[in-house]
Amino acid sequence: MPVRTLSIWITGVPLAIGAIGFAFSLMASLNPSFFFTWPYFLEVLSAGLLQGVMYSLVALGFVLIFKASSVFNFAQGSMVLFAALTMVGLIEMGLHWTLAFVVTAGVMVLLAIAIERIVLRPMVNQPHIIMFMATIGIFYFLDGFGQTIWGSNVKILDIGIPKDPIFVLTGLVEGGMLVNSFDLVAAIVGAILVAILAVFFQYTRIGRALRAVADDHQAALSVGIPLKTIWVVVWSVAGIVALVAGIMWGGKAGVQFTLALIALKALPVLILGGFTSIPGAIVGGLIIGAGEQVAEVFLGSLVGGAIQDWFAYMLALVVLLFRPQGLFGEKIIERV
Amino acid sequence: MNLRKLGLVALGAALLVGGISAPPALAAETQYFPSLVYRTGPYAPNGVPFANGYSDYLLMLNERDGGINGVKVEVQECDTAYNNDRGVECYERLKGSGQSEPTLFNPLSTGITYALIERARADGNNIVSGGYGRADASDGRVFPHVFTLPITYWAGADSMIQYVRAQEGGSLKGKKIALVYHDSAYGKEPIATLERLAGEEGYTFSKFPVAHPGLEQKATWLQIGRQLRPDWVFMWGWGVMNSTAIKEAASVGFPMEKFVGIWWSASEADVIPAGDSANGYKALGFHGVGAGFPVHADITKHLYGKGMGAGKETVGDVLYNRGMFNAVVASEAVRIAQGKFGKRALTSKEVNWGLNNLEISNARWAELGMPDFARGIKISCADHEGAGSSYVQQWDGKTWSKVSDWIAPNNSALRPAYESSAAQYAKENNIAMRDCK
Repeated sequence: MPVRTLSIWITGVPLAIGAIGFAFSLMASLNPSFFFTWPYFLEVLSAGLLQGVMYSLVALGFVLIFKASSVFNFAQGSMVLFAALTMVGLIEMGLHWTLAFVVTAGVMVLLAIAIERIVLRPMVNQPHIIMFMATIGIFYFLDGFGQTIWGSNVKILDIGIPKDPIFVLTGLVEGGMLVNSFDLVAAIVGAILVAILAVFFQYTRIGRALRAVADDHQAALSVGIPLKTIWVVVWSVAGIVALVAGIMWGGKAGVQFTLALIALKALPVLILGGFTSIPGAIVGGLIIGAGEQVAEVFLGSLVGGAIQDWFAYMLALVVLLFRPQGLFGEKIIERV
Repeated sequence: MNLRKLGLVALGAALLVGGISAPPALAAETQYFPSLVYRTGPYAPNGVPFANGYSDYLLMLNERDGGINGVKVEVQECDTAYNNDRGVECYERLKGSGQSEPTLFNPLSTGITYALIERARADGNNIVSGGYGRADASDGRVFPHVFTLPITYWAGADSMIQYVRAQEGGSLKGKKIALVYHDSAYGKEPIATLERLAGEEGYTFSKFPVAHPGLEQKATWLQIGRQLRPDWVFMWGWGVMNSTAIKEAASVGFPMEKFVGIWWSASEADVIPAGDSANGYKALGFHGVGAGFPVHADITKHLYGKGMGAGKETVGDVLYNRGMFNAVVASEAVRIAQGKFGKRALTSKEVNWGLNNLEISNARWAELGMPDFARGIKISCADHEGAGSSYVQQWDGKTWSKVSDWIAPNNSALRPAYESSAAQYAKENNIAMRDCK
């Protein structure tokens, strides 16, 4: 990222947060029923940022596959569900969670190989929309297959992540600021995952090949990069990312069918951050998470509440008006 | 292949396919129970035990008693996935597919109930929306074919207020009560009652809608736990929304003993995923909990003992028992109608008479192998709710326990509200009220 862009982000973000906070404090001074305090605002903001990391975990899987094949993988949500169901199923069979994690990661690699052989290989040179339709098929297959094997009951996934509330800055703020320890752990896991992915893509041979495929399929093929192998690798990595997302979301809400729907929460993140950027998925997740929480808490009551879902999409659409490729997406220039 | 051979092959294939797919032959005299279920979809963890309880009880009657007064029971399921349009599709598919006319439809979704009310009226079919659906359908003069027994959401809201008032020493003046609700027709049902009672009881009422499916409630609970800090929180949730709410409530330190859910936020699937966070959580119930009733032993013996039954692991779950409750209502309506029309398969219209004259006394519940399972119900032409009651149950980490007496809703206040709303509906839809005098 250029230094100029970085400096804009470093100065712009605190300024934007401060401006929003001052706008709310002004509203509170004009309308006594409008509740606002700076510690509360920062508490909501931090909760939103941590929630945003959870969205980013799901969005990362989409980005990986889109980068390598320009296909929006509709099945990413069901991959999250399938991975979580498999891991819980293995734990219930008596495996320690670390072993269950490794075995499930292996299952996701096998799944990637199967998808490449059965679904993607016959689709080479087909229009993207056909590939997209194929991923819809994968979604329904995985959704039903997972429940057929492991059942549709809600399953508990507890790998010992603490869930107790933590109060920080108790000396600075009266009553302290509430932070959910589970969300904090999820954020750390998300950061570690991003770091691993960054190293993988930047410094490994396969990572460089994948970036080449992402830039131009035909050019990559012409210099001998095996597209089929790259697809297997990228779907495997997306499957493991789905597993991590499944552990975090499943640990939070229980492992059940609804997990497949969290893909919907990743969509505004992708629109905002750009479909081809890993940093975009992270920053997009943070903006969407923080934006929707702040909007729900401070503006929701003014319009009847439950605005966070559509607010996230609205925020993403506003960005699209000014940057159609998203904040970090690649600008596509085509001659006509 | 010439045309004759082709014709023979086609005929053979048709016979083979026909032979394979033909439903098993049933006796002509079967009472048909269509069943709208959701064994798939986001709410399957809740839909499965209910569907199991409903079909297990009815099919147990076949095995134990040879049916209802000798008339065998036929159950056909259609999966709605808790989706309104699929619910309508299932209704259309099932309404004519039985050996006899449909006994009644149990949509198991407020949204599907809303979608079916006028269709069922036109078709002459019955709807039982026990503990869900339109509360004002309790007025049988406007809704002769809809039955809300044993209790409505409005009555549930009234009962919750009665319970927390007793817990607060007899007065709610100056207290703060919040409602966390599924942002749907279902979740909005109690709002009018809680707002009316806020005026009468002197508490402050705040509403927090949660968008479907309810996986994300952090903002809601930050407002509740860190800003509003209410004395009590009520919940009208469903599916994953319930367990998420319990977890988020715990994460902001809200005491579970002050958190009361409606009966659709009261199953094992709601509390077990929340782990220890759910200990102490309370909810309303309108039927017994656990698998300790004699009827469960009958189901185990006559169904599971013979390798039948829909799902042994769900027997005794809260929602399994609710399915069973609904099956008792349906079968008892048939039994009562058979007393008038004869011991044969009945038409929907004849079952409607049975439902309009349904009475399941406390003694009858005991005779059915369900002593104190539910309070006595008595339906009349005008009253389709039947004066049922509810109680508060509490989760201790392993089981639900009954922690209050039966609470009878304040019908002197609720009844005029049902009638007024139903009259408005009748006026808007140009429906003539039937005379129940």
